[in-house]
Amino acid sequence: MRYGETGFNLEIDLSRGNIERVENDPVDTELYLGGLGTNAKIMWDRVPPEVDAFSPDNLLIFSAGLLCGTPAVGCNRTIVTTISPQTKLLAFSMMGGFWAPELKYAGYDKVIIRGKSPSLVYLYINNNKVEIRDASHLQGKGSNETTDLLRQEVKDSNAQVAAIGMAGENRVYFASIEQERSSASRAGIGAVMGDKGLKAIVVRGTKDINVARPAEFHGLCSEVLQYIKKRENNPIPGVMPILAGLGSPQEMKIHDEKWHTESFMWGNSRVRRKDFWTEEVAKEWTGTLENTRTRLISCYNCPMKCGGTISIPGLPTYMMKCFSKLTYTMAAFSDLDFGLKIAQRATEYGVDGFSTPQVMAFALELYENGILTDDDLPELPSDNEGRFYYLLDKIVRREGIGDVLANGTYWAAKEIGKGAEEYAHNNIKKIEQLPLKLSMLNPIYFLMYCTGEKINITQIEGQFPQMPFPKREQREEFVKDWIQVPDEKFKQYFLDWELRGENSMPFYPTVEMCCDIVDWQEKMHYIDDALGMCAGLSSFPLKPPYHIHNYPKLISAGAGIDMDEETLSQAVKRYRTLVRAINIRRGMRREDEKPPENHWKKRFPELEKELLDTYYKFKGWNEEGIPTKESLEELSLDYVSEDFLKRGILTANGDSPAAEEEKE
Amino acid sequence: MGEKKKKIIKTIRVDVDKCNGCRACEVICSAFHAEPKYSSNNPARARVRVIRHPLRDIYVPVYAGEYAPAECMGRDQYTITLKCDMCESDPDLTEPMCVQWCLNDALIYEEREEEVEEDAVAQQEEVEVGLEALANKYGLQNVMDAVARMSKKD
Repeated sequence: MRYGETGFNLEIDLSRGNIERVENDPVDTELYLGGLGTNAKIMWDRVPPEVDAFSPDNLLIFSAGLLCGTPAVGCNRTIVTTISPQTKLLAFSMMGGFWAPELKYAGYDKVIIRGKSPSLVYLYINNNKVEIRDASHLQGKGSNETTDLLRQEVKDSNAQVAAIGMAGENRVYFASIEQERSSASRAGIGAVMGDKGLKAIVVRGTKDINVARPAEFHGLCSEVLQYIKKRENNPIPGVMPILAGLGSPQEMKIHDEKWHTESFMWGNSRVRRKDFWTEEVAKEWTGTLENTRTRLISCYNCPMKCGGTISIPGLPTYMMKCFSKLTYTMAAFSDLDFGLKIAQRATEYGVDGFSTPQVMAFALELYENGILTDDDLPELPSDNEGRFYYLLDKIVRREGIGDVLANGTYWAAKEIGKGAEEYAHNNIKKIEQLPLKLSMLNPIYFLMYCTGEKINITQIEGQFPQMPFPKREQREEFVKDWIQVPDEKFKQYFLDWELRGENSMPFYPTVEMCCDIVDWQEKMHYIDDALGMCAGLSSFPLKPPYHIHNYPKLISAGAGIDMDEETLSQAVKRYRTLVRAINIRRGMRREDEKPPENHWKKRFPELEKELLDTYYKFKGWNEEGIPTKESLEELSLDYVSEDFLKRGILTANGDSPAAEEEKE
Repeated sequence: MGEKKKKIIKTIRVDVDKCNGCRACEVICSAFHAEPKYSSNNPARARVRVIRHPLRDIYVPVYAGEYAPAECMGRDQYTITLKCDMCESDPDLTEPMCVQWCLNDALIYEEREEEVEEDAVAQQEEVEVGLEALANKYGLQNVMDAVARMSKKD
């Protein structure tokens, strides 16, 4: 009997139309937990570095997390993993909603897709019945449109559907996979799905999911629920309203967007508008949201209601959450009404809400500076908002200049030339970042931007406050009930952190402290991505219900794997290092690990070098950022060090070849 | 004339405006009713189901009632074959599990006292209906034997 997991994967070969149900290895669960962890193992084993994103040999894996579908509150995420056409590295993108639990109820942990279908198809999974079906009638249709049609076609409104829109079909590098109110958005996973000719996966399941120690597991889940109730009645004082509670930033519920609109950048991540949030704007935007948001909605087995159903007169209903509320608005220097309207179209097309607005703003900047001309943008509308619709429509169809822009700012700038590369100024490892340009170097964030493998700051940050609280009494109050810290030392790090003076940034927290802090924050995200837990109840908000102290118990009682904090940390380190190894094998090195040049005005090259040197050592990596032979063997990743030796990525004494040459 | 007796009527009141569509009720209901308790969960075995059409903003938790052939339109689409037993257990729960797990107060447990007039004739008829059903299922002799045993105990 398998606990937590079902014990079976679906192997789908779209080239041959072959479907197999394969038992997976419980030893892998112990070593890599599930979700992202076991996905990484599969990608390492089966996708060599020569394989490109659009090769039939690239895998597209849809994984439910280890505890998805159990009563663990908020454990509902699908982890999609593949090779990114944009970064050329490993891509993993998560979505909440209802799809992963349904896959578990159908009796599967993962759907592993290889090959390419000669025509557009969808995958139908209903318990033991799995079929590849014709989807030519769905070509070009929007993601929600497709969901509706497929539910009618299979005559089951309880079926859960993950679908691409036109953008995925046309292999836009920032195409997403949509699931009604949820979206796996970044790094072009939607493009891979479209490249494989797969329009959607429909899943319906009516089987049991078992847990190992029922009463104990139920007790732990109930505790989490009680804590959520308590925490929601005690928002964190002194942090911005949308981050004071649990869940995603509550942008569907809370109208106060002063923080985002005044601290984040408008346009192509260009302009800061410090006095933007006036009473007038607040009133107008409150009205816009109140009149269009019909309900706050949740994901599976979660009370947080981070999502909002948006019904704008004249447009189809859709659902959204979080920062997508503002990304189009801010890229276009427009208002919330525009943002919500264009987001409806973007959702149907299926595009990432972080990259897309920036790509469009980038294009307009190039036009305003004469690098793109009227010839490149025929019949460009004269009004600002019209231009954004124009660009969106062109990009998702890869029409004209849209074909260039559809590859993201990095690749588009390269192709356009004529100085365009200056304008692609907000990328790390070829993918667009949050629109932020700040003043003083933040050493914690420096390390996270450099080394995060998801290459998205929101998916590595969270557990440690972003800024010190101004007064010591406030900090003392904060650490009083900070049960989530892995060790008391983190409380001291925060207590001694000041806004000004000796104990302020960039030199405090110290280099060693930053290593501890970044490692903790990253660890929690990695646990979430293996278990299928929503970061909104765990790695993202301050003082969450899930943390390093109760996670081992939940995994033990739920999945029946003997676990304590140490073994859990070791398992996480193992698959985190494996993710790194995949990227190293694909060519990533230290020189790629840097934030955008202009991310902070005040940079400190010596400190930055020390930070990265120390952090690499702390993680068990050499000066090139490559995991050393010792650290790999300590994690039972001998097969990785053997492969690295064979490929000359590591030399016999564990150094990278460049270092060895220097020694000689 | 009959006596007036106080009866406690238990219901779960549903506020559809408050439902956020999360289906936690389905998860915890099926987990509670698993054998052994909490050993598994499966919304297909839950006594409550949320009828969901998110794009139409429809979220309606429904419970199965007494089986009555002439009832319920949409029975072919929305069928729940298991009847809610208010999580009857020993010791008693404060509230049914679905109510406990719905943090949005879409499900509210209510007890109300009602005065029910006890009519001796109606009561006698009820007893006969019940006995007839048992006799049809197990045979009249079995029923008579059981009653005889019970009266001896007294």
